[in-house]
Amino acid sequence: MFTEQIGKRSEKVKNTVERGAVKKFAESIGDMHPIYLDEETGAKSRYGRNIAPPTFPRVFDYGVIDELKLPNKGLIHGEQLYHYERPLLVGEELLCYSEVEDYYERTGSSGKMGILVLSSNGEDLNGNTIFTSRQVVIITEAVRKGLTV
Amino acid sequence: MTNLAELQVGEPLESIELDPVSRLDLIKYAGASGDYNPIHTIDEEAQKAGLPGIIAHGMWTMGNLAKLFTPYYEAGFIQDYSIRFKGMVFLNDVITLNAELKEKEDQTLKFDVKAVNQNGNEVIKGQVVYTQY
Repeated sequence: MFTEQIGKRSEKVKNTVERGAVKKFAESIGDMHPIYLDEETGAKSRYGRNIAPPTFPRVFDYGVIDELKLPNKGLIHGEQLYHYERPLLVGEELLCYSEVEDYYERTGSSGKMGILVLSSNGEDLNGNTIFTSRQVVIITEAVRKGLTV
Repeated sequence: MTNLAELQVGEPLESIELDPVSRLDLIKYAGASGDYNPIHTIDEEAQKAGLPGIIAHGMWTMGNLAKLFTPYYEAGFIQDYSIRFKGMVFLNDVITLNAELKEKEDQTLKFDVKAVNQNGNEVIKGQVVYTQY
């Protein structure tokens, strides 16, 4: 169903690791550590500034993959992977984009399902990769049928 | 606080038991992350999706689990964090966060990590590769 979309990617979008967004995010996962929030702690740390939690990239705008039309309901998040070259720094700018990495179908106990692998990535303004991530989404039979109608 | 450099294979980091999951926790996460899928916040929508009630965002649990490593920010960083979502988290569930050192090679520490509910069921499970400076 999404086989033809493999390799398609979004235009890069510039994102800033915003202090306020980091604070709100850290609070929402109950991780109010001074390395994320307190400027003095950040300044004294090896990073010279505050950093962001490892799952913070959930917040970024990765642009839109034009050819990819996903339903907004009925998707199951199966797996999530992050890879970092270094922690994210509060205040830095990143260029973020996403890509359809893979799609395949499998027959399970609840019928045929589609497995979609999407990557979401961030690089600095010089083009160096700072993080990559992959999201494995399971598209159930019911949702697949709804899409083909 | 455990000294990571002295941690031996098979030893855990200090585990954390979260407060019972509340609707406000999930509303806050929806707002902070931008994930407004209503099965995480609105009962009727969860029921329409065939669920007994609202469920936590998988990424909320994954975000929580990573905080076991936050105190060690001067010693290294999480290079790889991979998670498989295994079970749903419902309102009032009591989630415990665990990490155990599995392998140690030079500067690289590999941990098995998981979040477990009050019935002992794993809700998320995976690995953290921690690179020491």
